[in-house]
Amino acid sequence: MAGNRFNANQDHGVGVGLRIPHYDHIFREKPAVDWFEIISENYMVDGGRPLAMLDRIMEQYRVVQHGVSMYFGSAQAADLEHLRKLKRLVKRTGTPWLSDHLCWGSVDGTYSHDLLPLPYTWEAVEKTAARIREVQDFLEIPVAVENVSSYAAYTQSEMTEWEFLNEVVERADCGILLDVNNIYVSSVNHDFDPMEYVNAVPAERVAQMHIAGHSKYEKYILDTHDHPVIDPVWALYARAVDRCGPTPTLLEWDDRIPSFDEVWAEARKAERYLVAAQEVGAR
Amino acid sequence: MSGMSLETMQRRMLAAVMQPLTPEDTMRERNEAGERMADVAAEFVAPNDRLTAFERLEIYNRQYWFRLLGALGEDFPALRRVLGSRRFDALAVAYLKEHPSRSFTLRNLGRELVGWMRKHPEYLGRRKRLALDVARVEWACVEAFDNGELAPLTAEEIGDLHGGSRLGLQAHLQLLELDFPADDVVLELHQRERKGASEGGARPEMGEMKPEALDVERRRTWLAVHRADGSLYYRRITKEEYQTLTALGRGLGLGEALGAGFRRSRIGPAERPAALQEWFAHWAGLSWLTKPEIEERA
Ligand SMILES: [Fe+2]
Repeated sequence: MAGNRFNANQDHGVGVGLRIPHYDHIFREKPAVDWFEIISENYMVDGGRPLAMLDRIMEQYRVVQHGVSMYFGSAQAADLEHLRKLKRLVKRTGTPWLSDHLCWGSVDGTYSHDLLPLPYTWEAVEKTAARIREVQDFLEIPVAVENVSSYAAYTQSEMTEWEFLNEVVERADCGILLDVNNIYVSSVNHDFDPMEYVNAVPAERVAQMHIAGHSKYEKYILDTHDHPVIDPVWALYARAVDRCGPTPTLLEWDDRIPSFDEVWAEARKAERYLVAAQEVGAR
Repeated sequence: MSGMSLETMQRRMLAAVMQPLTPEDTMRERNEAGERMADVAAEFVAPNDRLTAFERLEIYNRQYWFRLLGALGEDFPALRRVLGSRRFDALAVAYLKEHPSRSFTLRNLGRELVGWMRKHPEYLGRRKRLALDVARVEWACVEAFDNGELAPLTAEEIGDLHGGSRLGLQAHLQLLELDFPADDVVLELHQRERKGASEGGARPEMGEMKPEALDVERRRTWLAVHRADGSLYYRRITKEEYQTLTALGRGLGLGEALGAGFRRSRIGPAERPAALQEWFAHWAGLSWLTKPEIEERA
């Protein structure tokens, strides 16, 4: 699988998110998963079972780090202690690239632990891009930013979400972790055409993709990662793969976690899209 | 509000998101400054044809509290059962208002809880001391679970110890002096928690729960919570062991630490050498003794 400079030219295929309830199954059955995505924060500890389990996983599998608390869009200076701990983990895992979200979530060192959407303003473009560059320089590996799902829009916004994404990644010269489920969720919550979003993404910068399920409420959709992937999301994924070529793809399943086999079977549905894209690329 | 800077907007929004919910788990009508939340939301959130600015902000307000209360409940399941879910939630909200998360990881969310509980007995229900002990044991578990692992002293190094030797304690070792045998209470309640989880499916819902009936009497208990091969263990220790180990942890030399350890001890001077030999054999076997912490270079 052809990579690009945003995923260090790696050939990762379909992976799944590493989750604690699946450890035993993975060690026992050694499923033929191409790679695991790990949540960095779960392993940014000093010792104990988390790191021991990670080391065991790394004996057999490639892992890629995904973070949830970098908050590239928080307006204040980066937390240096956090960055140092993250870099220590990067050295341990040898992750070829690393992702976190295009969002904010902390003020004055107080953390919301949520992925709060940014206003799509030029000020946010500049500040966020500068922060991504800073993090990328510090970690010395490619960084990809993930589009989040959102339930609120801002009165200040001056552009669409995909325009904002384009401006940020261009200025930061970073990769994109394209989450097609998040695009779908936001398109319903904000009444836009998700295909228009997918078509506007700078394909050459997509380092990785996320697919996931979600929960539907009466007036909005919540991105809960607790269901199988729905057909409209597969359609977005197909289009994204069509545009970007075969891309490392990961299924997220964070809540009401079913058996490993069920998660893996759902993830493998992505393979046929990747194979098809590869065949097109080979012609 | 087009003139609002990104930082001001984020400060405004985070304050709104972190405001406690109403008893019905909705966003409050007014914030603590008396401003109408509908007006605050309208400053930066745009409505759509299905949701007002207030309702959109409320989604994040609710998510914040559900996530943080859930995380605290996961770290302190036995405390939640001792207090009952209502009292636990009231305690958690009051605690998190004073001590919101100051760390990139939720792992540290409960770090100040025990200290806060000491200052706020009004939240601890009828069995205040038991609640405090249970919280201390559960926090010790969090620390022991993923704290670092320092190189233990070798047998040779232990053989060379003398009265002036300074020792360090293993980073995951947590030492507690308790009013109740709270380790037994926590074990029992964690078992009930697991049972509830397996009967209710893979995911224990954070449903309403009355305070648990517990038959436990006060008894001074000295406890070590530590890790071996990745698993957590409780180990009851003697008062003398506790006093010696905590004195070593404070940086006292071995001779002084033993003096502190045998204070008000019923172990007579003649029996002490044998007791000491036994302790050191246990402590060394569990890798509890390390080199003293070296002052970190600035
Ligand atoms: Fe995602």
